[in-house]
Amino acid sequence: MITTLTCIVCPMGCSVSVALENGIVTEVAGYSCARGKKYAEKEVVDPRRIVTSIVRVVDGEIPILSVKTKESIKKDKIFDCIASLKGIAVSAPVKIGDVIVKNVAGTDVDVIATKSIDAA
Amino acid sequence: METCEIAVIGGGPAGLAAAAAAKKHGVDGVLIIDRDNRLGGILNQCIHNGFGLHTFNEELTGPEYAARFVDEVDRLGIRCMLNTMVLDINERKEITVMNSSDGLTEIKAESVILAMGCRERPRGALSIPGYRPAGIYSAGTAQRLINIEGYMPGKEIVILGSGDIGLIMARRLTLEGAVVKAVAEIMPYSSGLKRNIVQCLDDFGIPLKLSHTVVDIKGRTRVEGVSIAQVDGNRAPIEGTEEYYACDTLLLSVGLIPENELSQKINLAMDPVTNSPIVNDIFETSAPGVFACGNALHVHDLVDYVSEEAAIAGKNAARHVRGPRTAPGRQISVKAADGVTYTVPRTIDPQRAEGTVKIRFRVRDVYRGHCLNVYFDGDKVQSSKKMILTPGEMEEVTLKKSDLAKRDDLKEITVKVEKE
Repeated sequence: MITTLTCIVCPMGCSVSVALENGIVTEVAGYSCARGKKYAEKEVVDPRRIVTSIVRVVDGEIPILSVKTKESIKKDKIFDCIASLKGIAVSAPVKIGDVIVKNVAGTDVDVIATKSIDAA
Repeated sequence: METCEIAVIGGGPAGLAAAAAAKKHGVDGVLIIDRDNRLGGILNQCIHNGFGLHTFNEELTGPEYAARFVDEVDRLGIRCMLNTMVLDINERKEITVMNSSDGLTEIKAESVILAMGCRERPRGALSIPGYRPAGIYSAGTAQRLINIEGYMPGKEIVILGSGDIGLIMARRLTLEGAVVKAVAEIMPYSSGLKRNIVQCLDDFGIPLKLSHTVVDIKGRTRVEGVSIAQVDGNRAPIEGTEEYYACDTLLLSVGLIPENELSQKINLAMDPVTNSPIVNDIFETSAPGVFACGNALHVHDLVDYVSEEAAIAGKNAARHVRGPRTAPGRQISVKAADGVTYTVPRTIDPQRAEGTVKIRFRVRDVYRGHCLNVYFDGDKVQSSKKMILTPGEMEEVTLKKSDLAKRDDLKEITVKVEKE
């Protein structure tokens, strides 16, 4: 299977094609530098993203807490991760780095607070 | 009248870094004034990651990046006036502020650091026909509504302009359940970072329509839809290319404007390209003791550079107050030419420079395989070949003090984009 993607290593935005057979990269074409080749291979074999979103806060100085996955998770888990955050409300005070959801969507990655919020 | 040694106007990334640097260089009487109820500025609503790679070698979210500096400002015991609007400032560095607890107060400072940030270009600055229905927001307003206040601005969205905030919001809205139908960009290239185009649009299959713009907004009380048309080389819509998108919300991400009403009140010399104060190599404006930094000075892509430049401003504001003050030496002017739109700084004092001086700037167009060249008067002294230069990415060249010192007759440094 050949996947074509835009490289994000620099503003060039090379269109890189990666051929994948049984999970192994067999050919990479269209890249202009070693970093771009590495990025494209990783992006095709195991694409991951840090997911950032929000949850509600009860009795806080502001009503919304920003959160993120502590590490990157598999790209196809992004929407599962977001769905697990729906309906969650935490009570203030919250400290930056507090775990909000453990092992989100079965990814083995925790969702943590990215902001400290005092009680109202 | 109240007094302070250094007044920092704005408690965003620039103000925080400047204040911390000033305090660390021996000035106790630093005061940060901010109109919001929280330090950190726009970073508080930029909840996505990607901040601080240069400074901390890790990818932080906006609030986390801000927290590093807010914690430092706390630790240093720097005084902050929040919920406080600066109304006026004069050439004697007397600042008029207002808040709900003290009313009007005048503060006299020995040095002032301008760190007011920037504003989004509003709809009124574009000539889009149509009524004035609800549902038209700047991208940053939508970002604040969702990430700070917890409201969704709409369900079906079209975004005009592919600036980074617009791209980031395309992803945010999609994740929160809205349908983003298209991003239209009038230019043949995006002014956003490549990484944002891939991770905010491509990841979610959102089309980016380059050389397209919104030509009509339908709806009297609420947006019902927009028409998008292709534009020609002169950015004029091409008849017959209109496509209608039903939507309830139009976001605008069409540029940022440095906020400099206060700078104008002190009659600072302004750069007509950036609409912000002209500064020298220590970020001092045309008024001695008044410094400018952050997005009020020039709009940045990376907050790391904001912090770095602001720290230089803060350190030199401390020198202005505490000394040693060096007599102004010889000034070399810095000129933008051939594809370079502006430079920060505009003058360099070669005696005062420490080690190296960075010149930051933007280019006018997309250039492939061109060189960034630096000339000392007529002589080409530096050349670096670039695979690509784009207006969306700030560029820099670094000059060594030792090279500047070698040329004691040097009058002008010119930065150019050239084929060779």
